[in-house]
Amino acid sequence: MTEQRYRHLEQASGKTGLRRVAIDPLTRVEGHGKVTLLLDEENRVQQARLHIVEFRGFEKFIQGRPYWEVPVLVQRLCGICPVSHLLAGAKAIDDLMGATGIPPTAEKLRRLLHYGQVLQSHALHFFHLASPDLLFGPESQPALRNVMAELEGERSREIALMGIRLRRFGQEVIRHIIGKRIHGTGPLPGGMNRHLDREAGRELQEELPQVLAWAGQGVDLARRLILADPGEHRRFATVPSLFLALTGPNGAHELYDGLLRVRDEKGGLLYDGLEPRRYREYLREQVKRWSYMKFPYLSHLGPELGWYRVGPLARLNVCDHFGTEQAERQRRRFFELMGPPPVQATLAYHWARMIEILHCAERIEELLRDEDLYRGELLCETSRGEEGVGVIEAPRGVLIHHYRVDEQGLVTGANLIVSTTHNNTAMNESLRQVAAEYLDGREFDELLLNRIEMAIRAYDPCLSCATHAIGKMPLELVLEAPDGSERGRLLRHADGTVVQG
Amino acid sequence: MDRPKIRIATTSLAGCFGCHMSFLDIDERLLELTRMADFDRSPLTDIKQLGRCDIGIIEGGVCNAENVEVLRQFRERCTHLVAIGACAINGGIPALRNRYPLEACLEEAYLRGEGLHQPAIPDDPELPPLLEKVLPVHEVVQVDYTIPGCPPSADAIWSVLCALLAGREPELPRPLIHYD
Ligand code: SF4
Repeated sequence: MTEQRYRHLEQASGKTGLRRVAIDPLTRVEGHGKVTLLLDEENRVQQARLHIVEFRGFEKFIQGRPYWEVPVLVQRLCGICPVSHLLAGAKAIDDLMGATGIPPTAEKLRRLLHYGQVLQSHALHFFHLASPDLLFGPESQPALRNVMAELEGERSREIALMGIRLRRFGQEVIRHIIGKRIHGTGPLPGGMNRHLDREAGRELQEELPQVLAWAGQGVDLARRLILADPGEHRRFATVPSLFLALTGPNGAHELYDGLLRVRDEKGGLLYDGLEPRRYREYLREQVKRWSYMKFPYLSHLGPELGWYRVGPLARLNVCDHFGTEQAERQRRRFFELMGPPPVQATLAYHWARMIEILHCAERIEELLRDEDLYRGELLCETSRGEEGVGVIEAPRGVLIHHYRVDEQGLVTGANLIVSTTHNNTAMNESLRQVAAEYLDGREFDELLLNRIEMAIRAYDPCLSCATHAIGKMPLELVLEAPDGSERGRLLRHADGTVVQG
Repeated sequence: MDRPKIRIATTSLAGCFGCHMSFLDIDERLLELTRMADFDRSPLTDIKQLGRCDIGIIEGGVCNAENVEVLRQFRERCTHLVAIGACAINGGIPALRNRYPLEACLEEAYLRGEGLHQPAIPDDPELPPLLEKVLPVHEVVQVDYTIPGCPPSADAIWSVLCALLAGREPELPRPLIHYD
């Protein structure tokens, strides 16, 4: 159904005589990863992989912690979208605590928080990280491909500043609700811990006309950049796939709560109304020994055909309408110019992301006018059960948290499928496509390799945490403190079978 | 300006990127910063090889061989090494795994997880070997300054940076010190 057309590049048939090229660390993405390529003597790509070198051990160390610690702890998995983990964790704990009717005030506060976060995260990704590729071109000088250089350039400065200000607004929405821009506290089992301060609400409201204007300009900018070279931008890193996302009532675009839908390559709905709590009935994950990130798939289609994409482009492709006026207008325009859903162009993720910024700003405006934010019940009754699942649309796509507790309320098991993980197969397939179509047989240089990173960046992966490496990896290592005492040892020694480039 | 610009490098080891995000929370002050300083290796630039730098900012603790290598290189090439955030200073949340043997953590994630197909513990040579325990930065190299917090606020980071840029000894005023 959705074949991985470049799957043959996942594994070289033999490794002798191949040259290894590594892009390490991946830059201008959040978190840590690297890409390795194996090339033959004619520079033909034989293998291309995105490795996630991060390992945290969360599933283990959360065990034995009290359930109420979960939301606070879990957001520290990711400082880019901590609110997503906070909310998915909180929803899972609601479920665990039988909190079925959280009061409207609490739900609206959580939604406002979430819109603030999607807005800031998208702005960060587009303006601070990805835009230099689109503004300056993929083969521009590496030293200049960053937001600081954008700030220095006469023409690009305004764009960079707009991004910084959009992000600041999103961060301020968050701060006003949970006390800190990063890793605050707000959600409790069954609700929230406080109302929004009226003064804070007024402050935010005053900024909104400007924020909406910037958001509109952001959409125009993304559209212009993508359509500047429509043929090429449609083809680059594009890998036809299924799309998975939550939708609200009547197929509306949804970020906080809803049912899952899958759209197929031809535009039909493969699934509709899937209950996210029952994810285990239709999702499975494959483990590959070369990455710490697993590879999820729809179980009835199997790992080869059941892969899919999530995130802003998936949400646009999957929903029927936006539910806010300006974003809806932009959604229609998007499909008029790009063809009917599903749009497969990987670079269209950037455009979709900008439309979502606009949507979030519109929703924030609506909510700030709602009296419920400033008064009313904050918590509902709870009674503890044994298991809870929480699912939301994080900026990067569907995020699943699942916990089990014992009779004392201590966690006995946890399972998380984070947004970027859902895109694992797609990111690998996109990078293989670029390796095969753009790099194969050519003389390799840094500029060409940036195209690979661009393919991965389009997904806005959040590989948060862990590592970077420069040059050759040490295979054996004793750790000494500054005073010379031995501090640790390695678990295993890599066997180094890969030929170094 | 005749004075050569200060060079700043940043890296995230076993952290959540929240400290980097808090650094970006200096918002428009980033413009001011780019006038005084250039960025070397950092997740925000495409410079992958660390050059000689005046200031090196470390987020996150040390959880694998690559972290150790990067950290040592930062120490070697940066005049001032600044460890920011709970993870860098005491290991933070990632160090919660120190209660368990590493094997147990890997098994839980890759052998016993929900709905796993072909369970196996990833062990490709491309993956950096993990340390048995997550360590704070100062147990591996000498650190010059630390800024507490999870993450430290943008104002705290800015205040230390401004002092270093001006060649002053940084001081963190009381209201900027917090540990959450
Ligand atoms: S100190 Fe806190 S914010 Fe900084 S990396 Fe660690 S968990 Fe993230």
